[in-house]
Amino acid sequence: MARNVSVQTKTGFTILAWAVALLLFSPILWTIVTAFKTEAEAIAAPPTFLPLTFTLDNFFDVQDRSDYIKHAWNSILVSVGSTLLGLVIAIPAAWSMAFAPTKRTKDILMWMLSTKMMPAVGVLIPIYLIFRDLRLLDTVHGLTIIMTLINLPIIIWMLYTYFKEIPVDILEAARMDGAELWNEIVHVLVPMAIPGIASTLLLNVILAWNEAFWTITLTSGRAGTLTAFISSFSSPQGLFLAKLSAASLLAIAPILLLGWFSQKQLVRGLTFGAVK
Amino acid sequence: MATRQTRTLARTMMAPAVIVLLIWMAVPLGMTIWFSFQNYSLINPMMTGFAGWGNYEYVIGDPSFTQALLNTLLLVGGVLLITVIGGTFLALLLDQPVWGQGILRILVISPFFVMPPVAALIWKNGFMHPGYGMLGHLYEALGLEPVDWFAQYPLFSVIVIVAWQWLPFATLILLTALQSLSEEQREAAEMDGANAVNRFRYIILPHMARAITIVILIQTIFLLGIFAEIRVTTGGGPGYASTNIAFLVFRTGILSNDIGAGSAGGVVAVIIANIVAIFLMRAVGKNLDA
Repeated sequence: MARNVSVQTKTGFTILAWAVALLLFSPILWTIVTAFKTEAEAIAAPPTFLPLTFTLDNFFDVQDRSDYIKHAWNSILVSVGSTLLGLVIAIPAAWSMAFAPTKRTKDILMWMLSTKMMPAVGVLIPIYLIFRDLRLLDTVHGLTIIMTLINLPIIIWMLYTYFKEIPVDILEAARMDGAELWNEIVHVLVPMAIPGIASTLLLNVILAWNEAFWTITLTSGRAGTLTAFISSFSSPQGLFLAKLSAASLLAIAPILLLGWFSQKQLVRGLTFGAVK
Repeated sequence: MATRQTRTLARTMMAPAVIVLLIWMAVPLGMTIWFSFQNYSLINPMMTGFAGWGNYEYVIGDPSFTQALLNTLLLVGGVLLITVIGGTFLALLLDQPVWGQGILRILVISPFFVMPPVAALIWKNGFMHPGYGMLGHLYEALGLEPVDWFAQYPLFSVIVIVAWQWLPFATLILLTALQSLSEEQREAAEMDGANAVNRFRYIILPHMARAITIVILIQTIFLLGIFAEIRVTTGGGPGYASTNIAFLVFRTGILSNDIGAGSAGGVVAVIIANIVAIFLMRAVGKNLDA
């Protein structure tokens, strides 16, 4: 923004903005510093800000107690697996709706969006019983299927809005030049579609990673993801604030980093393309 | 372009997505409706047969339902109020020329990426715990009695946590909308002598109206289903003080194994969500033509 303002005004806004931003960020900041404190220091009154004795013990304790690595691996399998599976189903659908729209395309898109509106509790009980009978409870593949289904409408919508922006004229120009269909796809369409597909992938990995309804209700020890892992810390056991902070930090750090790179896509994906 | 061949191809390409979503939508929902009219309990196998409206009467007639419905409204309404007003304020602030805008955005957006159970637990233990939470320390420093948030104000505490998670979402979307407002329009208003309040009232707010509507509608969809935050903090209690409809269905169906009554609650939840969805679809549908 190249608006001309006085230095005083800019300084004032800067201080205010930083104060508010740090206030909002403080729970995360507090978790980060507490994770490196000893348990005694974590609950000391008055509290310290930076750890007096810097320790990594909490992270090892968390691994020993709740097997972070296993849960993190399950989270990766479910979030990446469901996103890839979703893309395989969604890319052809979004593609045909963007490039060969029919009279019904808009209705189909709206209907797909409406499946996302169905509250999870409305289908929790049948899904739970079906999973129990098919022995899918507490399995990674069972959870992956559910995660694919709940995010499929968002994946299709995001891809559709991206594909829609690819100018059709370019395709016709390529065709005039006598390009084969296959060449047209590989050399013209794919390079233009890749950024949209990448953004969709990123956002959906984040959504699946943080999904906490189905992961908690359908899994326990074996296929539990990080949301289930962290929920095992919900009842306090003796001195545990530092360990809880370490576990929290481990659970959110990967996706926090990923999220920082995908702010723009977030807006578009979560508003189904309504705000860009 | 629309030869018969391409049309067939287009249909084939759409088929997997349509079929998968159709099954996902119809089968479990059909089963929920079916169960909701059955006597079906996992603990009591003697309970079978058609229940008529019995499950609905049982669920809706119970005082816990009225409270859960009220809690749902308070939760959704409270969070919306905080996030929309706070989000507008934050978006306006971040839109000003400030130093370190990139880092500021990262700090503000971060809570959105924190998974719900983590958000709930760090607030519960790091902030709201009367003994060693940050707010407890703060109260002591001020010479006040620390508040046991989850015992005294369970629903309000959940509202605070959920609002913290969704404030970044509202901010980010409102900021995106704000930045699409043309610079010329603002400058023109400024030159015409409109003061800051009038510029906000007559230029910025009308421009942001659509984004605000979308924020409200999308958040409502997600907020109706708030679950993990309640599960790991209060467990819906004390009593039913922080139980919303989503959590009530979980309590009845999964924890108490009453499939029939749980399903009836699920159907009610679907009906409530549908009422909201109709409005959202209209808003998004309009944009599709634009």
